[in-house]
Amino acid sequence: MRLVNDKLFRERPDGAVRLIGGYCAGCERVHFPQGDTCPYCSLSECTESELGPRATLWLFTSVLRPPPGYRGQVPFGFGIVELEQGLRVVTRLTEPDLAKLHRGMTMKLVISPLHTAEDGERVTTYAFAPEPTV
Amino acid sequence: MSVEVSIAGVGMHPFGRFDDKSVVDLGVHALRQALEDAGIERGGFQAAYCGTVYSGVAAGHKVLTAMGMTGMPIVNVEAGCASGAAALDLGVGAIRSGRYDTVLVFGMEKMPRGIIRSSFFEPWREEAGLAVTPAYFALRAQRLMLESGVTRRMLAEVSVKNHANGVHNPDAMFRKQFTVEQVLDSKMVCDPLTLFMLCSPNEGAAAIVLRRGASGTTIAASALRSHLPGSVLGEHTPLAGLIDDTAPPPTTLAATAAFEEAGIGPEDIHVCEVQDTDSARELNSYEELGLCGAGEAGAFFASGHTQMTGRLPVNPSGGLLSKGEPLGASGLGQVIELHRHLRGEAGPRQVQGAKVGLAHTVGRGANASVVILKQ
Repeated sequence: MRLVNDKLFRERPDGAVRLIGGYCAGCERVHFPQGDTCPYCSLSECTESELGPRATLWLFTSVLRPPPGYRGQVPFGFGIVELEQGLRVVTRLTEPDLAKLHRGMTMKLVISPLHTAEDGERVTTYAFAPEPTV
Repeated sequence: MSVEVSIAGVGMHPFGRFDDKSVVDLGVHALRQALEDAGIERGGFQAAYCGTVYSGVAAGHKVLTAMGMTGMPIVNVEAGCASGAAALDLGVGAIRSGRYDTVLVFGMEKMPRGIIRSSFFEPWREEAGLAVTPAYFALRAQRLMLESGVTRRMLAEVSVKNHANGVHNPDAMFRKQFTVEQVLDSKMVCDPLTLFMLCSPNEGAAAIVLRRGASGTTIAASALRSHLPGSVLGEHTPLAGLIDDTAPPPTTLAATAAFEEAGIGPEDIHVCEVQDTDSARELNSYEELGLCGAGEAGAFFASGHTQMTGRLPVNPSGGLLSKGEPLGASGLGQVIELHRHLRGEAGPRQVQGAKVGLAHTVGRGANASVVILKQ
């Protein structure tokens, strides 16, 4: 199994999924993806900060046809979620049916299959899924 | 403002698809017209600035080489959808600085077909399905629907308005009028945006000769800005994980600077050409340019102000929705359109009595430009 990008997210041994963001001690703000340099104050001493797994849905649409360079299934959900740490991230959504999505709903970070490469290796990415209400 | 800059001549190659012409052919066509319009020949300008994104190395040089007009500085400029306006901005600045008296600014493009594969996106983003330009537009449209009183029907009505205007523009690619129903019923691209709410990347060229001095149409202001850190939903990054979303967008930064430079406000504008890559983008621009307040785009559009019969017609050319968008040429095409209105030469689409016009582009980078013209 291969992560589409191993600098963006990780699955912990206990199965918990987190995004890998950055934290700036200078301005005390977090950002994603992690960079050495803070996108707000330009201080270059940022450290890693794990983000997620909960978020609320802010904006969403559905991608109906495969975009350039994409080999996975369509349709797929696409949107922006606000993480519990307060920042907003563009992401895939596991739910492509817009009738099942609404602004403000609780979402959870998951690892989601993307496609299977020529050599048979499964490629995965991070995505946000609607949190089942109990 | 110490040094005035005026438009001495303009030229355009229509926007569309021209399989039998190279990008150099398109550029030469526009340049010949502009030089003739300005009444100058080889040696009549001291520098040239060329805006283009997809034309490769030294594209502007190739155009001027084909015309036997090289030797002066030629600078190729890439600033996404604002590339043409960036070339103009450099030309205006060079004249204002006192370095040159007459400069040539131009832009041309032959865009790939379909959803543009952009080197702006890293390969993994494409693999993950995050390199979907229309999906970002769709999110912006949805935000307008949630926060600015915009309806699905209004998104269609923007397209109807611009296509109705474009019928009268011989330089436009799509000169066909649509009904609201036809727009709503066209193929869904990314909800809420249907095919007829999105502009087509295409081909074309535009050229302007700028000259020192105040005569005819003057450049009252030219401002180019990039994005500030903070905003999540912009043209600047496909993965902005940032906290606050209150940073003014680049369009607002450019508009603020341009209004200050021109010494006027949005209420003084008579005609606008704004970036309508999609229907929602035009409505965003109303708010970001200050034509209406934040959250008022829907009500402002519904009031009819931006129709040809309104007090501030927007995109009388038909906009990018009718013309298509050749990145390097689109911003200069807007300026040429306004120039025609200010001179009373816009024919059946003329905005009567227009003396002050505003042109706006925004796109990848992010880059935004605002140019204000006065007669």
